[in-house]
Amino acid sequence: MTGNDILQTVLYFGALAVLAGPLGLYMARVYEGAPCGLDGVLGPLERLFYRVCGIRQDEEMDWKQYATAVLIFSAAGVFLLYFLQRVQGALPLNPQKFGAVTPGLSFNTALSFVTNTNWQNYSGETAMSYLTQMAGLAVQNFLSAAAGMAALVALIRGFKRHSANTIGNFWVDMARGTLYILMPLALVYSLLLVSQGVVQSFGKYRTVDLVEAGNYEIPRLDAGGNAVKDANGDPVMEKAKVTRQVIPLGPAASQIAIKQLGTNGGGFFNVNSAHPFENPTAFSNFLECLAILLIPAALCITFGKMVGDRRQGLALLAAMFLILVPLTFLCAWAEQGGNPHLASMGVDQAASALQPGGNMEGKEARFGIADSTIWAAATTAASNGSVNSMHDSYMPLGGMVPMLLIQFGEVIFGGVGSGLYGMLIFAIITVFVAGLMVGRTPEYLGKKIEIFEMKMAALVVLIVNALIKLGTAIAVSTKAGTAGIANPGPHGFSEVLYAFSSFAGNNGSAFAGLNGNTVFYNTIGGILMFFGRFWVIIPVLAIAGSLAKKKQVPAGLGTLPTHTPLFVVFLMGVIVIVGALAFMPGLALGPIAEQLMYH
Amino acid sequence: MPRMIRNSVMSLLFMTALTGIVYPLVITGIAQVAFPGRANGSIVEENGKPVGSALIGQQFGGPGYFWGRPSATTPYPYNSASSSGSNLGPNNPDLIRAVQSRIDALRAADPGNRRPIPVDLVTSSASGLDPDISPAAAIYQAGRVARARGLDVAKVRDLIAENTRERFLGIFGEPAVNVLRLNLALDNLK
Repeated sequence: MTGNDILQTVLYFGALAVLAGPLGLYMARVYEGAPCGLDGVLGPLERLFYRVCGIRQDEEMDWKQYATAVLIFSAAGVFLLYFLQRVQGALPLNPQKFGAVTPGLSFNTALSFVTNTNWQNYSGETAMSYLTQMAGLAVQNFLSAAAGMAALVALIRGFKRHSANTIGNFWVDMARGTLYILMPLALVYSLLLVSQGVVQSFGKYRTVDLVEAGNYEIPRLDAGGNAVKDANGDPVMEKAKVTRQVIPLGPAASQIAIKQLGTNGGGFFNVNSAHPFENPTAFSNFLECLAILLIPAALCITFGKMVGDRRQGLALLAAMFLILVPLTFLCAWAEQGGNPHLASMGVDQAASALQPGGNMEGKEARFGIADSTIWAAATTAASNGSVNSMHDSYMPLGGMVPMLLIQFGEVIFGGVGSGLYGMLIFAIITVFVAGLMVGRTPEYLGKKIEIFEMKMAALVVLIVNALIKLGTAIAVSTKAGTAGIANPGPHGFSEVLYAFSSFAGNNGSAFAGLNGNTVFYNTIGGILMFFGRFWVIIPVLAIAGSLAKKKQVPAGLGTLPTHTPLFVVFLMGVIVIVGALAFMPGLALGPIAEQLMYH
Repeated sequence: MPRMIRNSVMSLLFMTALTGIVYPLVITGIAQVAFPGRANGSIVEENGKPVGSALIGQQFGGPGYFWGRPSATTPYPYNSASSSGSNLGPNNPDLIRAVQSRIDALRAADPGNRRPIPVDLVTSSASGLDPDISPAAAIYQAGRVARARGLDVAKVRDLIAENTRERFLGIFGEPAVNVLRLNLALDNLK
């Protein structure tokens, strides 16, 4: 690891810590309905929304109504997005004349974006029209994020209220999150990104003449675009002279801003934020990487403010930092060490003032090791899933870090809203474990944690766990599943384990060698993303409803304080033990076995 | 329940219009006025003719040009209509073979140069469209390019220095050399 790497990591997390405070307090005002500074501009828009949609702003919902609203709203989103992809060929803003997306891929993509996962089995620049990208995919980038934050706020109200039947109004929470938080941030971000070279245009792709023409052997294609095979089943090759290059365009910056801010992660282009048009400079990279964790970190502050004890939020944030920062360094260390195979071939992998060195396969020269590994850790800690380097080509231990961060349950920052409600579930489990030790009914934030809450909390943890393992087991034991594997040996197993962790954890990043655009992966992936999202949201809202009904218990002598370093360590222990115990066997078969192959 | 469905559908349509139509149109409008070059792909022109994008790499294979990062796009390298990494794992024999063939090609083009090869010159980039190489990778090729063009090596190294972009604020990212710009600068020497 280099000095610059350490400096960049420290500055990155430092900037995050500094910005989380003011943004968190701002968001608390937004969700409490207090004046927040933008009311003059956005107030009329908000009221127009309520009037047009027939929403009664001051109507309160109980947890079942709230959950129903989330589900129906999401279902409507799935239908619209599916439909849009299927008919994009007949709609405007399609200068490349892309046809309909196949039904399987449309199903997978619709669920992927509505569940805030943004797993991509498609390649943006060769499959999606501008209209599908902006009015379909980008809209769900906003709305799935807003829905996640709304569910979190409902849970916070569960802690805050007492002897109450209701936990807020989903429409109001969703609208205020979108209008007052996501839109203004995305607006500023988009323009900063364009200033760095991210494209934002409705024009057709441009064709330019290359400086030096190239001659290649490429597979011959038939009229349907499929490779022609000879008698042995090998593709027939033909000579091709390439003299031109197609420069893809599109309304990318507006979409990339929200895909980073809303922990969505679905790229405008196939290679996501590794694409020079999606992330052109070190500055754009810093901004995009900061956006990954910005709202999830700030929501901890929002939480503290809303429950009336800022230290509670800081304790959760501290636990997140303390788990993520060491893992970020582990990833950088593994990647900076380079690939031993290449070292013996006369390749220079040492970092110097003139080169980043390290394992540069699947990484961009402008990002080197530090920017790539900070991103990899951040994007999997948060359930963002965008990438600026190819995780599939990471060293075994380097690639294990992002996988493990997903398997911790997407609670180390996690998705906007979903990460913190997941973390609160772990906090509930922690006070329960502590309560067992001293034989006392556990409490959290003045609410007794009883059988119902524990059942729901256990469900949340177990469902995601089970989905990942069952999915992986089915995939590696069926032909349809193993057919998609790209790399041989334990690395191939890692590809599958990573994919199912990503589906169920709603992350969306991949060991991208895995060919996921098959009936098998499209279908099972879509189903897992659905359950990974909604089978978590429903129990969380159930807990919210149950907590809201309870009386506030004043803290007594026997109450475990939940803002102390002791609690932070205890919480980290529970997260790491649950995550590590659950996934160590899987990791042993994948990255750990692969690492041992070097010795 | 019917009211809930109506609320859902109307909210979705309202938000689609706002975040899916109005928002990208506003951004596009501002971007096209404030940053027309960058919003439209940072196109590089030579004598009024577009020759590429400053942000998208091109394949160079002649000894008189600097070579960029290996590209894993299909069916040919630097196919900017279809960005892609290799996704080869670190232990994959295909990766080792690919790296070896790139080493062989570099050595064959510059037989006298026995220095270790900078890693970014033999490993494929994440996007397959990486416009940059490290300064080390450029300096490694300076002798070959100078010989092929009959130039003084010092002159070529000066050009590399002129086309090297330092870290942002001296801290973020990596120093990098834009291959297209460097090669165009070489062509313009004549």
